[in-house]
Parts: sequence; structure tokens; C-alpha cells
Amino acid sequence: MPVVLEHLGKRFGDGAPVLDDVNANIAKGEFVALLGASGCGKSTLLNIIAGLEAPTSGALEVPSDGAAFMFQDAALFPWLTARENIELALKFRGVGKSERRTKAQELLELVHLGNAGDKRPHELSGGMRQRVSLARSLAQDRQLLLMDEPFAALDAITRDLLHDELERIWKETGRTIVFVTHNVREAVRLGQRVLLLSSRPGRVVQEWAVTEEHRTDAGLAGQLTGVITARLREEIRRHAK
Amino acid sequence: MPSNPTPLAEAPSEPAESQHIHAALTRTSTGREDLRELESGLDSLQSDAERKHRIEWSRILLPVAALVVLVLVWQFYVSLGVKRRDLVPGPLDVVTQMGVLWNEGKLQEAVWTSLQRGLAGFLISVAIATPVGLLLAQVAPLRRAFGPLISGLQVLPSVAWVPAAIIWFGLTDATVYFVVFMGAIPSIINGLISGVDQIPPQYRRVGTVLGASRLQMALQVILPAALPGYLGGLKQGWAFSWRSLMAAEIIAVGGTIGFGLGSLLDQGRILSDMTVVMSAILLILAVGILIELLVFGPIEKRLLRRRGLLAGSTR
Repeated sequence: MPVVLEHLGKRFGDGAPVLDDVNANIAKGEFVALLGASGCGKSTLLNIIAGLEAPTSGALEVPSDGAAFMFQDAALFPWLTARENIELALKFRGVGKSERRTKAQELLELVHLGNAGDKRPHELSGGMRQRVSLARSLAQDRQLLLMDEPFAALDAITRDLLHDELERIWKETGRTIVFVTHNVREAVRLGQRVLLLSSRPGRVVQEWAVTEEHRTDAGLAGQLTGVITARLREEIRRHAK
Repeated sequence: MPSNPTPLAEAPSEPAESQHIHAALTRTSTGREDLRELESGLDSLQSDAERKHRIEWSRILLPVAALVVLVLVWQFYVSLGVKRRDLVPGPLDVVTQMGVLWNEGKLQEAVWTSLQRGLAGFLISVAIATPVGLLLAQVAPLRRAFGPLISGLQVLPSVAWVPAAIIWFGLTDATVYFVVFMGAIPSIINGLISGVDQIPPQYRRVGTVLGASRLQMALQVILPAALPGYLGGLKQGWAFSWRSLMAAEIIAVGGTIGFGLGSLLDQGRILSDMTVVMSAILLILAVGILIELLVFGPIEKRLLRRRGLLAGSTR
């Protein structure tokens, strides 16, 4: 089990708890979509798993070497080319100079950007930047990959393609992925399991398994999307005054 | 392991129609090659076509034209005869005087002495100010303790240090360099600190996530991210070096201090020769403009272009 969350809670200062009694087990190689409306503490939970923040109560078990992280905006360094951005991640990991070059090229080719390595971030489209960012997080070579709404800012055409791309890369690399999103379709499209987080405080209220049939049968996928959306709305309605 | 290890390429392909309708719900591409092709098509649609860099003549011709206009206005004013010619000499008088100074070797000596000292003083200031600035920007208690002092030193005109320097070091080069340091170092430190302050917090988070050590973070994330602000600080630092140097050279004359542009200016004052004074002023200005055009301008432009920050600017 790369990730085990037990009765995890988090509050900032004396405020209301952001996360309360979060329980989840994520198996090695699993693709889990973490779904929730705004204010459910999705990002906070991801930061806790990444070790960027500490929980205020409960216990968690994460891989000892930490996790790779992919942000909503590509967050590439504008003073480096696409290749150099990936090489920097390898460098911080302690990879030798000659090996960095070949490894970065391999990763660029993995995300179908073999020819764009010398471009700077501002010369790339949003989708290309996110792919470089994905390659950079793969360069960290961690078993666990955390993704914080990485496709939220992209146009729909690009996003659909990147869903296919991410699924392919996940299968090729065997990573464990925790993918945070507020998009039900995206969660059903990508996750093997969808965990629904309630809002204020965040807590795992229900989970659904997504099978291979959902990947190819649009009717089935649509049906599950409907069920999850209904449950999500029920959560949101609880906060009506 | 993924529960279903079926490779994407072998996934059963659907009729094209239903793929389009349910694009967001199921797999939309039919395999690896298809995906590569789609992505490369989208990439070329979404990336800008490359633009070629041409020589922009207006960048050269406009400043030259402006200069010509200014000289003509000057000549016109002088020819009106409002002031005595020895008080307001014309452009030709000044050029003639420069020729005389050149033949005497004084012009070359003054420019070379000042330029050498200005550049040496500036480079040493950069070497001192950069680590100090990084340290202040990164270590909060140090910043709180010394920040106001550094800002204050930037406001204090470095000429104010000339009397103290003369008392401490006498009429030597040490006096000149001390004044240059007091002018340049605080402004470079301040530029670097404000550059660091303007770094988007995301960059630090990325650095942390990528596992950068403290030193790697400072040298490979913070410093390059702060480079535009740092470069601004360097430009200002150079300006302060050059100004402080001129002030020091005008006030401190004699001893083992060599003959610089400031000394030339002071000599012109003593001789009441306005053409020498004007020559010295124009030379001081010309050196400043040349350094901007040949050193800082190209560096700044390259820096901004590489980061995609040049679009729409009037540079």
C-alpha cells in the first residue's frame, strides 16, 4: 500500500476543520480520482500526501521517497527550455550530467514532444506546457504521482487528448496516481476508483469503481457520471441556507 | 499494478460517430500512432509561427535624428548671440576643444582612467552585493535587521562619504573606490532583494517538490527567477558607481589620484574654460550611454525575449 490515510484531519489555526476523519487506501499502481466541489480541501489533502503540509490529527503512510507533483498551471521555469526544465528535475535528483541529457530526451519523446525540447515555455501551447510538466514530474522518478487539477485550465479538445495521453503513460510507467479534479466526467474518464470528498469539512463520503467497460462504452460511462453528479449535488445542497 | 493491463493500442475501436458524441467520456483516440498524430496537429495549430528578427532601422535612425535635432537647436541658440560665446560655446567650439584635448592625450587619459576605475569598482561591488543580497532576501531575521539600513544607504548620496574617505585614505585611489562601493553596493542589494520579492511563490513550491537543496534553491531557482529585478539593480548600481566616481574625482584632486573625467571637469572650472567643461560633461554622458547601449541594453533585451516578456513593449 503506497498510501494509507487513517482518520486524517487538518485545521488551520482555530478555524473550522478543512479535513476531518479522511480514510483511504491507495494500492500500488492504482489510478485514483479524488473528486469534490470547491472548498472540500482536495488540494490540502494532496499537499499533506506530498509532505508539503502536516496533518493536525490522524496518521498517514506514504512512500519514504516522497511523491512527484504536478500543478494546475504547468509551473515551468521560464528561463529554461523545455528540455532544461526536465533536466533540472533530474539534476536535483542527483542524476549525472550525460545521463540527464538522454533521460530528458526519452521523457520528451514519451509525451510526444521529441522535437520541441529546445523551445521555451512561452513558445509552447498550454497543452504542450502541461505535457512538459508531466514529463518533469515523471523525471522525479517517484512511484507516487500527485496531480492537482492539471488539465483544468486547458481547452476541451486538448483536455480530451491529454486524458488519452495520461492513461497511456500511466499504463506504460505503472505509476500510482492520485488525480484531484472537480470535473465528474474527468474523474470517470481517468480513475479506476473515484473518491467523492464532501465539503467543509472534507471527508470521503462515497467511492465508485470504474471498469474497463466504462472506458469504451459511452452509455455506461454516462450513466456513472450521472450517478456521481447526483451524489455530488446532494453534498453541495447540504450547504444551502 | 493497473487492474486492467490491456494496452491502449489494442482497445477495440468504436465507430467514428459515437466517438465524437461521447468525446469526454471514453477514449477518444484509437491507438498510440493516432494519438501522436492528433497531438502534433494540435501542437502546430496552437503554437505561434516563428518570427524572424530583422534589423530595425528605426532603432538606429531615430536616436541619431534626435541627436542631430538637439545639436541644431544648440547651434541656433548660440548663433542668436543671447549670451557671450565664452559662457555658452557652440557645438563646433566644443568639438574643436575635444580635438585639442585628444592631441594632448588628455582626453584618452581621462576617459581610460575613469572607465577603468568605474568598471573595476562596479564589478567588485557586484561580487560583494550579490551574495549579501541573496542572504538578506532568503534569511528573514537578517532582512528585518539590515533591510532598513540598506534602503537608507541607497538614499544617502555617496558624495557624502567623500570627506570621510579623504580623511581615512587621503588622496589615493582607495578614496575613489570607497565612494564607488558606498554608491553601488546598496543599490545592487536592493535590486536583488526586490527581484526576489517579485518571484511567483509557485516557483519555490516547484523547487521544493523537485527536491532542491537550500543552495540549489538559491542558485538555480531564486537567482534566475529574480534576474530581471537583479539586472535592474545592476543597471542602477552601474549608474551609481559612475556618478559617485565623478563626484569623487571632482572633489578629490591631486595626491596619487590619477587624472579622470571628473578631474578634467574640475580643471575646466579652475581655468574658467567653458569648452573644457562642456567637453567633460559630454564625455561623461557619452560613456554612460555607450555602456547602456553596448552592455545592459543587449543583455536585458535577450533576457526578456527568452522569457517571452518582450511582446508589446516599446523597447
